[in-house]
Amino acid sequence: MDNEIIVPDQNLNIPLHDTTWDLDRNEGDYINHLKSTHLAPLAEPLLEVPDDLQKNVAVTSIDALIGWGRKASAWPLSFGLACCAFEMMASAMSRFDLSRFGMEVFRPSPRQADLIIIAGTVTWKMAPAIERVYEQMAEPRWVISMGVCATSGGPYYGSYSVVPGVNHIIPVDVYVPGCPPRPDALLYGIMQLHEKIKRYSIKNKNRK
Amino acid sequence: MTEILDVSKIINEINKELPNSIVKNNDDSVWIRPDDIKKVCSILKNPQGLDFSFLTSISAVDYIEYFEIVYHLTSMRNNYSGIIKTKCYGRKNLALPSVIDIWKTADLQEREIWDLMGIQFQGHPNLKRILLWEGFDGHPLRKDYLGN
Repeated sequence: MDNEIIVPDQNLNIPLHDTTWDLDRNEGDYINHLKSTHLAPLAEPLLEVPDDLQKNVAVTSIDALIGWGRKASAWPLSFGLACCAFEMMASAMSRFDLSRFGMEVFRPSPRQADLIIIAGTVTWKMAPAIERVYEQMAEPRWVISMGVCATSGGPYYGSYSVVPGVNHIIPVDVYVPGCPPRPDALLYGIMQLHEKIKRYSIKNKNRK
Repeated sequence: MTEILDVSKIINEINKELPNSIVKNNDDSVWIRPDDIKKVCSILKNPQGLDFSFLTSISAVDYIEYFEIVYHLTSMRNNYSGIIKTKCYGRKNLALPSVIDIWKTADLQEREIWDLMGIQFQGHPNLKRILLWEGFDGHPLRKDYLGN
């Protein structure tokens, strides 16, 4: 039996803050990079079906079936940034009842979610996290920008720390105005998204 | 309800051990010389004295000619509170002694003041930005911050 204690080569008595400086600097560099390169909004996502596929009965009926399934079970991500998140939660509670749309399961993991509701103010420090969560979601994925802060910065437009619209970071499908929007408004936005999902064609996967 | 401690008691307590450290006072607060702030804080925290065991908040105010740092103190055992203040003149390379050795809760508040007001706290073990990100230019709660 070898009972020798293995002593690591590195000196592990460094204070914690000395070991986290690089993380902070990397995060800061990335935020500055985002802030300098993401000042133009992304193009609106388009859902175009090529002309020669418009009358293809087989494809459209599969589309209709898949679209119906997808729209009736768009699972949202548990993701709230500010006060809009409370209206989002209220929409999920029994009075407004998101489960009527098959959406009551707020998923804790982006891998299982189809829809991300950006509910609240997006700060530049939060932007890398939102970008990463969006990239972790599986295709097809949808984005609702809830409230005027997420849509354009709202009352914080022009602030040093707030992204002027989440559209600068990730593409958005539906914008819901309001400060914060009432649950009715969010439900209307969700129904608009359902219309959009129904028109999504499996032949045309590239949403640009 | 927590009462506000009479200022004269705070002044007496400080003058007993560290005379000449008080610049001026009014009805509710005492102004301390910036160099003495750490010693005065340890005097006020002394359990045999006034026993200000709890630092409620540190705030910084920009009066353009100077910055004023306000320490709100509370005594949990005696149920009273007090205010001490100090002034920092100038706009660049401002520094104050950190009170993190006396109250651990000063950690995040001093970091926030450094982040948004640009006042350094000497002796703080981890003085880096807390609300904004590393590489941010300037200190945005200053009156002369113009944004970008």
